Amino acid sequence: MTVRVQHEDFDVGAEIAAMRLARPDVGAVAAFVGQVRDVNDGAEVSSMTLEHYPGMTEKSLEAIVTQARSRWDIFDALVIHRIGTLQPTDQIVLVVVSGAHRGEAFKACEFIMDYLKTEAPFWKKEQTGAGERWVEARDSDETARSRWQEKH
Amino acid sequence: MLQLLYFARLREVLATAQEEIALPEDVCDVQGLKHWLARRGGEWQETFAGSRPLRAAVNQELASNADAIKDGDEIAFFPPVTGG
Repeated sequence: MTVRVQHEDFDVGAEIAAMRLARPDVGAVAAFVGQVRDVNDGAEVSSMTLEHYPGMTEKSLEAIVTQARSRWDIFDALVIHRIGTLQPTDQIVLVVVSGAHRGEAFKACEFIMDYLKTEAPFWKKEQTGAGERWVEARDSDETARSRWQEKH
Repeated sequence: MLQLLYFARLREVLATAQEEIALPEDVCDVQGLKHWLARRGGEWQETFAGSRPLRAAVNQELASNADAIKDGDEIAFFPPVTGG
């Protein structure tokens, strides 16, 4: 299990290859990449700044991954989340999960993202033509997380 | 002593990123600390007794209003998270 919070960009291909080649019984690698959009809530976004809670961020991501590993039969999981100032089309988050088969890897990857969106202490501030604004949390993210409490 | 941390919009409106306070005598849980901070008035009252959603963490774990607070704890307040 690896959790990284960093300013630098990441290489999706290299990260996936490392996870895939880590052991020969890996049969599936599922990955999610989040990208900074140039539009949000009707306004053009020129850049975005990510703030986080050093210490708690890493702990909460590790707790989320640990929970995923206990719920699904996966081999390994990686989470990279960027902080600082990012531009539209920049990569912002990466989740990679490896396992024997795709079903468990897909589910664990989605679970990690849904929990990250609602529990990991990151906050986005957007710079738009009309000035700066803090991004508001979405109810749909809470809904996405809560469905994991009902079923696997 | 309590270490208090404020993040994102809270850090800005309260003009405070962190502070150290003596554990108030009448405070034993997160809700109690919110009430105590709201008594500072102005933006503090708006933040800790207002209607905007507010999250708390005790020693770097998400906490609810009923969670206990003791001397030496690190308490953080922040808006709902928006990463990913």
